Amino acid sequence: MNTTTLAMPTTTPPSSPRSANGLWLPLAVAVALGIAGPLLGGYGADLLVKVMVLSIFALSLQLLVGMTGLVSLGHAAYYGIGAYITVLGSGDGGGNLFWLLGLSMGGAALYALAVGALSLRTRGVYFIMVTLAFAQMAYFVFHDTPVGGGSDGIYLYVRPAAGALDMENRTVLFYVVLAALVFTYGLLAVVRRSRFGAALAGIRVNEQRMRAAGFPTYGYKLAAFVLAGALAGLAGFLVAARDGVVNPEMLSWHISGEVLLMVILGGIGHLRGAVLGAVAFTLLKELLGTHALIGPLADHWQLTLGLAIIGFVALLPKGLIGLAQRRATP
Amino acid sequence: MDLATFLVQCLNAVQYGLLLFLLASGLTLIFGIMGVINLAHGSFYMLGAYMAFALSPLFGNNFLWMLLAGMVLAAVFGYLLEWVFFSYLYQREHLQQVLMTYGLILVFEELRAMLVGNDVHGVPVPDWLAGSFSLGGIMQYPWYRLFASGACIVLALALYAVVNRTRLGMMVRAGASDRDMVRGLGIDIRRLYRTVFAAGVALAALAGMIAAPMASVYPNMGASVLIICFVVVVIGGIGSITGALVASLLVGFVDTFGKVFFAEVAGIGIYVLMAIVLVWRPEGLMGRRA
Repeated sequence: MNTTTLAMPTTTPPSSPRSANGLWLPLAVAVALGIAGPLLGGYGADLLVKVMVLSIFALSLQLLVGMTGLVSLGHAAYYGIGAYITVLGSGDGGGNLFWLLGLSMGGAALYALAVGALSLRTRGVYFIMVTLAFAQMAYFVFHDTPVGGGSDGIYLYVRPAAGALDMENRTVLFYVVLAALVFTYGLLAVVRRSRFGAALAGIRVNEQRMRAAGFPTYGYKLAAFVLAGALAGLAGFLVAARDGVVNPEMLSWHISGEVLLMVILGGIGHLRGAVLGAVAFTLLKELLGTHALIGPLADHWQLTLGLAIIGFVALLPKGLIGLAQRRATP
Repeated sequence: MDLATFLVQCLNAVQYGLLLFLLASGLTLIFGIMGVINLAHGSFYMLGAYMAFALSPLFGNNFLWMLLAGMVLAAVFGYLLEWVFFSYLYQREHLQQVLMTYGLILVFEELRAMLVGNDVHGVPVPDWLAGSFSLGGIMQYPWYRLFASGACIVLALALYAVVNRTRLGMMVRAGASDRDMVRGLGIDIRRLYRTVFAAGVALAALAGMIAAPMASVYPNMGASVLIICFVVVVIGGIGSITGALVASLLVGFVDTFGKVFFAEVAGIGIYVLMAIVLVWRPEGLMGRRA
C-alpha cells in the first residue's frame, strides 16, 4: 500500500493551507452562480441544481478520501438515508425545512457513527469492503422491508418549507442548494485549515507516526467519518427535495462508485477537485446518454461510461486538477 | 420445526455456503497474492451462469462436459483479461483498482445486455439429475442440489490438494504470505499471478454454471453475490482459503436459517454476523494479526 505517494504534494499546490487566494475563485464562482442561476431556464437550471447537489455529495466524500485517506465505497448509504428521512419525516402535509434538514443530517450521521465505529477497526482493502457491505445492508433495509415503500420507493407530496422559504418554488430551491454548497465548501475549507484538519492530513500521510505523537487517531477518523456522513445526508435531503421521490437505488453501490469516481475524476485532496469532478461526471453522463450528440451509441451508455472510466484511470491517475497542474508547472 | 425440515434447511445452508466458497476462495486468493481488489469478480459468476444458458442446448445431458468446457473457456478469458487489464493494476493504489474494476463491471453488464438482452432465463436441470428423493418420508430434496454440494466439495478438496500438495500450491502460499520474498527467490511472479487469476475466474464461472439451473439467470446477478463474497472474505480473513471455507459455511447457515426464523429482516443477518466478527476479531477468523 503506497497511500503516501498520493498524499505528498510534489509542488506547492494552489490549495495549500496558507495560500490566501485559495478561496477567491470558489467565491467568485458562487457569486456568479447566484446571479446567473435564475436566468437559466428549465433544463439549464435543473442541471445546475443537480450538479450542485452532487458537488456537496462529492465534497463530503473528499473529506474521507482526499483529506483523511479513507477510501469508503459505501458513501451512498448516508446520502440515501438523508433522502429517506426527508420524505418519511414530511408526511402528507409537508414538513419544516430546518427541522427536516437537521433530522436527515442527524440520521445520516448516526448511521455513519455506527458504521464508522465498526469499520474503522479495519484498514485498507478491508475498510473498502466493510463500508460497501454496510451500505448494502442499509440498501436491503429499504429494499426488502415496508419501511420506505419497498423497491418502488416513496413520493414526497409536499416539499419542505419554512415560512417564505418554500422549496416548491424552483428559485428558492436553487438558492437553498447554492447556500448549502457554499456552506459545505466553506466548512471543509475551515476544517482543512484547522488543527483537526491538520491531524487528518497527518493520519493520511502516516498514521503510525501520528499515533506515536500522541494523537488518538481512531477518534479523529471517526469524527471525520461522521461529519462526512452528515454532509452526505445534507446532499440526500436536497436531492429528495429536488426530485420529490426516493427509492432504494439511491443507496446502491453504483451510486457509491459514482461519487468515488467524481472525487478521483476531479482530483484527490482538493476541495475544488470534488466540485470539478461532479461537474465533469454529470456532463459526461449526460453526453454519453444523449441520442442527439452521439447517436445510437447512447443506448449503451454503460459501455461507453465503463470504457471512459477505465481509460481515465489508466491515463489520468491524478485527476483533472492534476492535469491543470502539470500544464502549469512544466 | 421438525427434524426433516431442519435437515433440508441444513442441506440448503451447506449447499449455499459451498457455492459461496467457490467464489470467495478465488476472490481471497486474488487479493491475498496479487493485492488487487477485484469488484468485477461477481461478473465472472454472471459470465458462468450465462455460459450455462448458452452451452446447455449444445451439450444436452452431458452436464459434466459442459462444466469442464465452461471452466476452460473462463480460464482462458481470465488469462487474457489479466494480461490486458489487471497487470497494470498491481502498482496502483486500491482506489484506482476499485475504479477500474468498477468500470469493467459496467462494460460487462452492457455487453451482456447487448448479447443476450435483459430477460430472465432458465437453465434446465439435466435429465439424470432431475427429480428429488424423499427425506424422512415427508420432505422432498432435489437431486440436483445434492449434486451441487457434491461438486463443490470435490472442488474444495481439489483446491486443498493443489494448494497444499503441489509445487504451484507452494508458490501460491508463499506469494500470499510474502510477495517480495517470492519475487526475490526468482519465481516468475507474473506467470503465477496470471495462473491464479485465471483459476479464480474459472472457479467463479463454475459457481455460476452450477447455480444457473437452481436460480434463474438474470441481469446484475453478479453484484449481489459479490457483496456477500466480500462479507465472507472479511469474516474469514484475507488470503486464507480455510477462513473462506469456514466463513462461507457460516454465512450459508446464518442466511438460510435467518430466512426461516426472521423472514422479515433476513437480508441483514449476515451483516450483523460481520459486525460481530469485526468487533471480536477485526482481522477475520483466520486472518493474521496486522
